[in-house]
Amino acid sequence: MAVMSTPGRLPAQATGRGATGDPAFRRVALILATSVIIVVIAMLINMTWESRESLNQFGLGFLVGQVWDPVHLVFGALPFIYGTVITSLIALLLAGFVGLGTAIFLAEIAPGWIRTPLSFLVELLAAIPSVVYGVWGIFILGPFLKSNVVPGLKATLGGTPFFQGAFYGQSILTASLVLTIMVLPIVAAISRDVILTVPASQREAMIGLGATRWEVISRAVLPYARTGILGALILGLGRALGETMAVTMLIGNRGQITPSLLKAGDTLASVLANQFAEAQAGLQRSSLVELALILLVISLAVNAVARLLVARAGQAQGAGRI
Amino acid sequence: MAIQAQPLTEGKPIRDLRRGPANFQTRRVRSNVMLGLVYVAVAATLIPLLAVLTWVFVQGLPALNVDFFTKLPGPADDPHQGVANSIVGTVQLLGIASLISVPLGVGAGIYIAEFGGSRYNTLLRFATDVLSGVPSITIGVFVYALVVLPMRSFSMLAGGIALALVMLPILIRTTEEMLRLVPGAVREAALALGAPMWKTIMRYALPAALPGIVTGGLLAMARAAGETAPLLFTALGNNQWNTGITQPVDALTLKVFFYAGQPYEIWRRESWGGAVVLTLMILITSILARLATRRRAGR
Amino acid sequence: MTPTEVEPTTIRQEANGTPLLRPLTINAAAEALPSTEAPALSVRDLQAWYGSFQALKGINIQIAPRQITALIGPSGCGKSTFLRCLNRMHEVIPGARATGEVLFEGQSIYAPGINPVLIRRHIGMVFQKANPFPTKSIFENVASGLRIQGAPKAMIAERVERSLHQAALWDEVKDKLHQPATSLSGGQQQRLCLARAVAVEPEIVLMDEPASALDPIATLKIEELMMQLKQHYTIIVVTHNMQQAARVSDTTGVFMVRPDRAGELVEVGPTRQIFTNPQDSRTEAYITGRIG
Repeated sequence: MAVMSTPGRLPAQATGRGATGDPAFRRVALILATSVIIVVIAMLINMTWESRESLNQFGLGFLVGQVWDPVHLVFGALPFIYGTVITSLIALLLAGFVGLGTAIFLAEIAPGWIRTPLSFLVELLAAIPSVVYGVWGIFILGPFLKSNVVPGLKATLGGTPFFQGAFYGQSILTASLVLTIMVLPIVAAISRDVILTVPASQREAMIGLGATRWEVISRAVLPYARTGILGALILGLGRALGETMAVTMLIGNRGQITPSLLKAGDTLASVLANQFAEAQAGLQRSSLVELALILLVISLAVNAVARLLVARAGQAQGAGRI
Repeated sequence: MAIQAQPLTEGKPIRDLRRGPANFQTRRVRSNVMLGLVYVAVAATLIPLLAVLTWVFVQGLPALNVDFFTKLPGPADDPHQGVANSIVGTVQLLGIASLISVPLGVGAGIYIAEFGGSRYNTLLRFATDVLSGVPSITIGVFVYALVVLPMRSFSMLAGGIALALVMLPILIRTTEEMLRLVPGAVREAALALGAPMWKTIMRYALPAALPGIVTGGLLAMARAAGETAPLLFTALGNNQWNTGITQPVDALTLKVFFYAGQPYEIWRRESWGGAVVLTLMILITSILARLATRRRAGR
Repeated sequence: MTPTEVEPTTIRQEANGTPLLRPLTINAAAEALPSTEAPALSVRDLQAWYGSFQALKGINIQIAPRQITALIGPSGCGKSTFLRCLNRMHEVIPGARATGEVLFEGQSIYAPGINPVLIRRHIGMVFQKANPFPTKSIFENVASGLRIQGAPKAMIAERVERSLHQAALWDEVKDKLHQPATSLSGGQQQRLCLARAVAVEPEIVLMDEPASALDPIATLKIEELMMQLKQHYTIIVVTHNMQQAARVSDTTGVFMVRPDRAGELVEVGPTRQIFTNPQDSRTEAYITGRIG
């Protein structure tokens, strides 16, 4: 067959052509590949099954129940959902600005020779293990916040409900800040890639109209990239939701719903990390598994939305429309 | 006469090409301020990186002595102890994880890249993306229910399976991408010489993609070595040498986690030592991966 | 202003009698006397570099106001580079620079202290491939320059309508002003970009091969527009299409590439004269199709 040499696989006619061993090989590969789908489905089924006791006992009320009492066997997820949501949102807000700013620098402003090393450093931030961030947070960030930042915060914003109470190093604030550092590289790297795909002609058009440098970025580049940037933010959110170790080590591990960032809290992931290994079989373990199920469903939904956005941004650009 | 363009705003005549109309200075200042904030953002990204890395090295390196690497954990008053079993445990866990995830991952990647119909491939890629987005603690819960409960014991096997699930999506994606980069001409030449499909892939296409796949595999392993959450209730941890694949095993990340909050100096130092070992491992792997990719790009 | 056919017999013939390839339609307005007003742009010894490669050598030209000046020449001879030097867009490319003097209404735009951003408000540009902002509506596209400058709402609405009229686009879009700009055809998008450029009422409009990506009908529309726009604006157009230059322009400048790959302006003059009686042998060679 006359086929142009293109990268990648052969056209369909060439595959599975009945030469020796081919059907078997293909079948083996197919089985191996299908294992991924099986794993995902198995996970969802298994975790739903393991949480059946809790699902039966509490039903939908589990999602709004505020009491978590292993002794009296009353369990509710709300404090942990609250903790997860609040830490993730704070991290997303801060990491969004810092990450987008870094992305703008990498894609628009940095001279060519800086881009690669700086991108590498940003990737390093993402590669550092969560538990290392946790240790650093315990010994450096917590004490630093306590001596240098919280007094100032309390002095200026102490009247608001967000900065009430004593600060003991481990708190929602500390966990959120470390979470910011961990989410930031994802937002920065993906946003940078998206911004780099904005065509030069768009910038030229804005420059030709007499725009300042920032006006070019904010009026031509960022709007064009906005779908992809949104995808980057949501991917960052997905990462924040599932982040476990650093949060467990820094959030103070008290499941409570409080507006004050200086107080301790708990997230879905951190309560699992702390309690699961010693959980009593039965309702407690079942409730913990249900927490894991809730976390799984939220993460999957957020990640799916994010990937859809990033994909749609790429597609629309290819078709010349946004 | 030429039509005079009207000034758009009040203020200076429009032919001032140095200072511009009244609001131009505002625009210029705003642009500079925003660009300044961009620089602040970059600093805000780099300062934490610097802070974490320097602290980890400053605190962790002094903890690395011979004892650290050769002795077992001991009571809080024993100055001569180490985390040897944790380091070995990490290696053992990675070994099991790789044994499971490499065949599965590379096989799946081969299927998607070489065989799959576009519909099924979309489903496979979707499942891979889903798996990579699962929080690692959830993977731990899943493997607990799947392996630990039936076995009635925490084990190295369970921990290895959990880490394999972490590595799997990375391996699948890397294998597929690297195989796609191999030009079709390689496969065509092999087929033209009469080679069967499986040989074409295994003997010709795969080896060409192998350097990239190995790089991806190393990165996956480094990532798995840094994971703690999936091991919390699968491998569980251990202060002794592991006695078998069906028994609990310790990992370096678990040690860092458990010792970090301890009030005893010696244990805290072990924790920092573990942290610096993990960080060094990540640093080295990342740098090697970058160099390898650059060399392949034909620098 | 009806164009006149020009007989090829007026072309100076070589010894072996190489005629023009086909008759040219030349804009009869070229018969008019050269403008007695001060030049809109006065270029003296302009040179341009990309890094260490010199792309333009010593360009000297006076651009008459409210006329169309066409710049022609083979590809790679620096016409687009020259155009971009006129509104200081050339230096936006990393490593690119320009020296020499470009006087806009008596002021040297390359003088130290001059802010290039301000220049571009007076010297606008239309690009080769239409580049409307896809996330903005038709209205917002045209209003872009005005919004940057902080113009009040009423003025924006009025200017947008006026510019769309000037771009002969108003009737086609007046009922869908708030639809995305990408819903227009290629030719309409280019006219939209033209409207966008004239909305800020520059003195000079630079056009870099504005019709090269368009079909012949859309091309003719753009050419008609150019001839109407020159009542209000000075237009400098780079084109690789000699017939277009002959049809549309009052003055033509011919660029050629030297052996060292730098570009230079070999001849400039009234369009009629360039195409019927070129002074430079290279111009004649290009026009008769022997080179380029």
